[in-house]
Amino acid sequence: MLGEGILKGMAETAKNFFLSYVSKERMTTVEYPEERIPTVEAARVFPFLVYDGADWQAGMRCVACQICEKECPPKCIFIEKSKDKKPDYVGKPQFYPTRFDIDVSVCMSCQICVEVCPFEAIKMDNEFELATGDRFGGLLYDRHQLARSNEYYHSVHPTEASQVDARLAAEKAKIEAKSKAAAQAAAAKAAPPAPPAGGGS
Amino acid sequence: MANSHFFTNLDQVFILLRDWLVGFLPAALRPAAGVVLGVVVIVCLFPGLFALTTVFERKGLGRIQNRLGPNRVGPFGLFQPIADGIKSLTKEDVVPLSANAAVHFLAPLVLVVAVFMGFAVLPMGRNMVLVDMDAGLLFFFAMGAATELSVFMAGWSSRNKYSLLGAMRAVAQMISYEVVLLLSSVSVVMIAGSLSLPKIVDAQNQYTGIFPHWYIFTPWGLAGFVMYAIAATAETNRSPFDLPEGESELVAGYHTEYSGFKFALFFLGEYLAMFSISGLGTTLFLGGWSAPFSFLAFIPSWIWFFSKVMLSIFVFIWMRGTLPRLRQDQLMNFAWKFVLPFTLLNLFVTALWRFMGEGWLRWPVCSAILIVAYVLMGRAEMRSDHFGPRRYRYAE
Repeated sequence: MLGEGILKGMAETAKNFFLSYVSKERMTTVEYPEERIPTVEAARVFPFLVYDGADWQAGMRCVACQICEKECPPKCIFIEKSKDKKPDYVGKPQFYPTRFDIDVSVCMSCQICVEVCPFEAIKMDNEFELATGDRFGGLLYDRHQLARSNEYYHSVHPTEASQVDARLAAEKAKIEAKSKAAAQAAAAKAAPPAPPAGGGS
Repeated sequence: MANSHFFTNLDQVFILLRDWLVGFLPAALRPAAGVVLGVVVIVCLFPGLFALTTVFERKGLGRIQNRLGPNRVGPFGLFQPIADGIKSLTKEDVVPLSANAAVHFLAPLVLVVAVFMGFAVLPMGRNMVLVDMDAGLLFFFAMGAATELSVFMAGWSSRNKYSLLGAMRAVAQMISYEVVLLLSSVSVVMIAGSLSLPKIVDAQNQYTGIFPHWYIFTPWGLAGFVMYAIAATAETNRSPFDLPEGESELVAGYHTEYSGFKFALFFLGEYLAMFSISGLGTTLFLGGWSAPFSFLAFIPSWIWFFSKVMLSIFVFIWMRGTLPRLRQDQLMNFAWKFVLPFTLLNLFVTALWRFMGEGWLRWPVCSAILIVAYVLMGRAEMRSDHFGPRRYRYAE
């Protein structure tokens, strides 16, 4: 009959109205600053720079290749390359950024810098309370403000961070094996040729 | 009996207070001063009620959606309207360059003034009516029609397509439902035999046993009340008939170009219209200020009036929390193909009720006619193409 659906709907909303005073499980929202819902692991807000070890300057993975600066759609990254070099995680000398600034007010959280980085140096953070009273200086983050340890990366994105660590370790092992093989080859070349064992044909 | 004397005084406390205050003035000024005092009370009381209603509406809608609603400003968020008021007072008042400045300025004022005028004839308690007009109902509807003018003034003068579309919708909707509103009230006039609202309340303020003679407890009264409630919802542009300001398609309809306190005036006007139309519905069908049972008649009459009005406001909010907005064609079809014919039939049934005289026979006859008509019309009109999901001829 006409109006049946309306009555059914009214009953439903009345149920919500009264039961929301009784059961806390029904509530779809929390009172934000006091209560928080834990962020999901895949959440991404704003990039940070990863460093290994304790010293943020020595352990910074970024090699100032400037790929992210070029790829950034809103152009919010500014990088200045160093003149000298410092060893990276495998010991190879690399450039490092003397300046690495990101403008929070321009960044659109697209994660493209993370996708293009070949050195696993820039990752997304899930910290979202970035509001500041100073809208000029306060929204421009320099490399020190952006630096976060690898442990922090593990705490916000555990799965992704372990994958990255495994990849870096495999690469390091490969390079070490290669250099060992190269060293062996060099050593073999330097040493007098050994007599053929067993004799070839 | 001292006890009953106390309750009689409490019932008339506002009248006695007014007479006492006016008594300080020379006799020549007393009638005018009494009216001014009444106006001041109405002008202060209903905006206060409006402020409370906004916060209760937001909290109620929150609860309906399993949220908490506003709870930050003051205890339980009760000071939220003060914060909103300060905000709307301090906001910049933007008038579009190409708007007609004079009409743009006048529209919210006309709305609020016209809506306030309606309160003049509402009996808010025993002897508590500002102007006891013989044709109070007519005056009320004349003032209600003036709100349409202000809505159209706002939409037309803004020179904005959303405003104009909103105003067009508002005028189409309000005129369509105004007819129903009037016709459903006419049945009450037919039975009570008067256009005076205090007389209509007096006609309902009688009891059989403990039960009152409210018009809603008769077949034609119930049908009339339902039609009146539908038309009242549409008249006040409340959900599900809030097409004129449908924010998802028209930004805010006719008040898109209003900011700051002028917007607040529109908001106030909308809620005041809700109060006044609920007050009229209470007066016509729910017995006005009379008590629901004869043994509760000692409770002051104004308490009953305002509780009935607030109950109606609660139902308005409840409906807003439940029903989605109608489409324009659904709205028009509903008005002209279902509500209006049914109201016309109700007029006929009311006449039948009147001329069948006292006796039990009129109850089954009138109820049967209305129920059969409701079911048949519901089938014939509402199940037709116009009310299902929209079908596209080419786009599918």
